[in-house]
Amino acid sequence: MGIMLAIQGAVSQGILWGIMALGIYLTYRILDVADLTVDGSFALGGCTCAALITAGINPWLSLVAAVIAGMLAGFVTGLLHTRCEIPAILAGILTQIGLYSINLRIMGRSNTPLLKSPTIFKQLSGVTGLGQNWISMIVGLVFVAGLISVLYWFFGTEIGSAIRATGDNERMARSLGMNTNRNKVLGLAISNGLVALSGAMVTQSQGYADVKQGTGAIVIGLASIIIGEVIFGKKTSFGTKLLSVVVGSAVYRIIVAVVLQLGLNTDDLKLLTALLVAAALTVPVILEKRKQAASYDPMTDGSAGKGGN
Amino acid sequence: MLNISHVSKTFNPGTVTEKQALRDLNLHLEPEDFVTIIGGNGAGKSTMLNMVAGVYPIDCGTIYLDGVNISRRPEYKRASLLGRVFQDPMMGTAAGMQIEENMALAHRRGRRRGLKWGVTKQEKEIFHEELKRLGLGLEERMTAKVGLLSGGQRQALTLLMATLQKPKLLLLDEHTAALDPRTAKKVLSLTEEMVAEARLTALMVTHNMKDALRLGNRLIMMHEGQIIYDVRGEEKKKLKVEDLLKKFEDASGGEFANDRMMLSD
Repeated sequence: MGIMLAIQGAVSQGILWGIMALGIYLTYRILDVADLTVDGSFALGGCTCAALITAGINPWLSLVAAVIAGMLAGFVTGLLHTRCEIPAILAGILTQIGLYSINLRIMGRSNTPLLKSPTIFKQLSGVTGLGQNWISMIVGLVFVAGLISVLYWFFGTEIGSAIRATGDNERMARSLGMNTNRNKVLGLAISNGLVALSGAMVTQSQGYADVKQGTGAIVIGLASIIIGEVIFGKKTSFGTKLLSVVVGSAVYRIIVAVVLQLGLNTDDLKLLTALLVAAALTVPVILEKRKQAASYDPMTDGSAGKGGN
Repeated sequence: MLNISHVSKTFNPGTVTEKQALRDLNLHLEPEDFVTIIGGNGAGKSTMLNMVAGVYPIDCGTIYLDGVNISRRPEYKRASLLGRVFQDPMMGTAAGMQIEENMALAHRRGRRRGLKWGVTKQEKEIFHEELKRLGLGLEERMTAKVGLLSGGQRQALTLLMATLQKPKLLLLDEHTAALDPRTAKKVLSLTEEMVAEARLTALMVTHNMKDALRLGNRLIMMHEGQIIYDVRGEEKKKLKVEDLLKKFEDASGGEFANDRMMLSD
């Protein structure tokens, strides 16, 4: 029974974190940028939301504020990258480090509990009478469905297509009159808005915000994307790809829940995640090299020696 | 149409790799001029095209296109006036996007992009008709990813995309150099056809002297960042490869041997 409950909790957590993974997907796969702002903007979402709720602001409104804060963070990384021509990875790290101090300033301390404060999950639980685990799963699914629909629509529009083209072939995009710098900033802002939304929802769900809650978020997001690609394959439609990211996030949480149940120390979790992502990124490379080595033919005549020795 | 006056460009000034790519360059094009450009490596041919397109800022001088001073405009803002095809067939299209999506991007060259749908039904019909002209069967594969196409197919598509919105000036930067001879010939004849049909003004860089002589109404030869020879009309028609070689050798002081200029096709 304990494991089932743990898995249910894992899935609902996975869906909320899946919103972050969607944000990371936009930068990592569409803009082709590894955006390390994420660790900071995830915590920024949580901290902004917690600070506002404890100040008496409506928890739904706090979510909106978290999204805006996240978008600003992405905007800053975008400007550092495009205007100041700082490499994207470094630009993200700079924003991330800066956000650590900003998050501390926002909350005035390193940890804010929300045990006695209202959250969207407590409110809905009170209205419907359902348990919090169920509520966070349902709310998460509704958000995910809405966000995937909006993203699917947006990336089919003229602006969305231009952002995709910018990530695909920047020179071509410019030669066809697209402002690639603006597109990158816009993509980073949207991405970090989603990440901060996820941070705010996770904060409300777990009942506290912590300045360190974003540590390793980027790696968890990448793990979700890769797990999703393993399950659904790489050649799927855009909508399926977005869905696969969220499924990947849920599966990641289930894996974590299972290994914790099996007795893994929580301290070792980040190492496990890092190894998981490293392995997932390495396996395709090794497979490709094996394939190449296996098909190597020392005979100049292509027909001879196939499948030989 | 195009007016380049006193444009210079030096790359990496003040360093050991300093390179003066253009020296006080002047060029004036009439509407519907189709100019072929030849010259050795480092003569400034591609640099000149890139300066017109705004890839790098110019050091001095002015560039007017269709009466508009574009000297200091960023690249993406000049795009409304220019159609471009690059030497690298991978450069002109987005590999991860569909054929029709690529064409829709080109169809919106220089227009404001909003929240309207990226490819409309009406456009798909236009694209279908346009693709037929290529004779490559691409009109039946409009939702295929461009990355699945061969280099020649991608280059033909790029050419079509460059002329989908009639450009004030078409820039062709050795656009057949990376293709096999048969494909190169096909893309070249498409180029001729499209330039003639839409009565385009065009600049075409080439290493093939026969092509340079056969195509266009005007030929310019560049050397060390300057135009050293400029012929047009009847005079150009009478030119032979040997004449060009002679001109070239005179200018470069007999350094011809290490150049990749082609004698034959």
